Amino acid sequence: MNWLIAILQGALFIALAPLLAGWLKYCKCRLQNRKAPSLLQPYRDLIKLSNKKPVVSDHASWLFITAPYLIFSATALAATVVPLVVVDLPTSASADVIVMVGFFAFARFFLALAGLDIGTAFGGMGSSREMTISSLAEPAMLMAIFTLTMTASTTNLSGAIAHVLNEGLVLRPSFVFALFALILVAVAETGRIPVDNPATHLELTMIHEAMILEYSGRYLALIEWASQLKLMLYGVLIANIFFPWGISETLNPKDLGYGLVAILGKLALLAIFLAIAETLVAKMRLFRVQEYLSFAYLLGLLGMLSHIILEASR
Amino acid sequence: MNIEQTDFYTQAILSMAALIGLTSFLMLGQSRLLRLIFVFALQGFLLTLTTSLAAHSLHNPHLYISAALTLILKVIFIPWMLRREVLHMNIHRDVQTLKNKTFIMLGGASLMVFSYYVLHPIVQTTAPVMLNALAVSLSVVLLGMLLMISHRQAVAHVVGFMSIENGLFFAAIVATKGMPMVVELGIAFDVLVAAVLFGIFFLHIRSSIDSLDVDLLNRLNEIEK
Repeated sequence: MNWLIAILQGALFIALAPLLAGWLKYCKCRLQNRKAPSLLQPYRDLIKLSNKKPVVSDHASWLFITAPYLIFSATALAATVVPLVVVDLPTSASADVIVMVGFFAFARFFLALAGLDIGTAFGGMGSSREMTISSLAEPAMLMAIFTLTMTASTTNLSGAIAHVLNEGLVLRPSFVFALFALILVAVAETGRIPVDNPATHLELTMIHEAMILEYSGRYLALIEWASQLKLMLYGVLIANIFFPWGISETLNPKDLGYGLVAILGKLALLAIFLAIAETLVAKMRLFRVQEYLSFAYLLGLLGMLSHIILEASR
Repeated sequence: MNIEQTDFYTQAILSMAALIGLTSFLMLGQSRLLRLIFVFALQGFLLTLTTSLAAHSLHNPHLYISAALTLILKVIFIPWMLRREVLHMNIHRDVQTLKNKTFIMLGGASLMVFSYYVLHPIVQTTAPVMLNALAVSLSVVLLGMLLMISHRQAVAHVVGFMSIENGLFFAAIVATKGMPMVVELGIAFDVLVAAVLFGIFFLHIRSSIDSLDVDLLNRLNEIEK
């Protein structure tokens, strides 16, 4: 029963990811006085792409073709680690948060390799930029996550969420810092606006799009889906770690339904904030990104320090 | 004493202390004047929140008045005046190069450690919360001084001075659970007078050396070289 729910939750995660991307796009269009595409447009795009015949360069090696599958499955596995509707499932008990970061790193490694594999200038440039940014973003993210795990004294995500949930409303300075740090990292890692613009293919500024420029057809669909999944993963992480109220702790259908409604509401709200931020903020120069990420790291570090100084027992 | 065992007021005060400490560090590292003024207004706003929180949970209605004064003076009036000055002087596009930015930030961090070290003995007489709040406010005071030393623009000096006052005010609210009204009104008007005086100083510095960069004052000499 547990495993069934776990698999269902993973499937739900994967199925809902394009919807979140569609909702985000909808909010952004409305804020910019444009007419928004339907919420289901990302699904239609994915179906259209997977029905098309992929074009692969003669110079591509096997890596280029395998990479999309690896990226998608690694991201999907990472999604099963994160509790979406219910805590304490066998999948989230088997892997902790460091494994999740490891899955991200694995997917990114293959994405960067695939960008290099084809030998175009843009692919290599995109890969090098992606690695630069992620090498700065990963420590900041781990710092923010460690603040949480030190509070809950476990690295297991569902254990940590259950701890926050059972403790009730405790206002922790360290969580405020960790929340800001994680938001900054999430924006950088999912390639949203101040760091990268997912909507354009402008040569000099693109990062994520540069790496996947050569992909088409079903390969492109898989990579797009994986990046939508990653966006949703970060959203769920932020929503469930810092505002876990509503997530189900039992397996009875009523609680599960309540948990589903709660997480959908939280994600919808988070997407609205993200859309507002993306409308207000201009994209940064590439060389400013390290300042941005070092600020995120600073916040993470401050979170950790304020946990030790302000909150720990003495 | 864990944070879970304290009441909500203490938790909120701790969070506010942490955020106020963060704004002090942000001010220290800021190289653009308008952003510096914005962060200063943010600190004032956090202070307003703290004061109204104290007023609410300690049932001390006259603290609301001092919260309102803080809001009007430190969040609206003084930032507005400084901003107008900066825009008027047309120095808002100048990026002020901080010499040894890393050293300044490290110095700020060590000042924070120093304030914890100095205040540690008080744990024996009061709650541990008081140590944190007082240490943060002492370090806000010291960081304000460091800001005045490290920046060259007169506007930044004023911001540093006012943030010293913010630190003292925070300590006063947390430690005494509300000062007598007379003292608070006095401080508020001191700040107001200081702001007006600084405005006059700006006028004079500008008319004599045509800049607000205080390093240029070193070139003023009695004797022609």
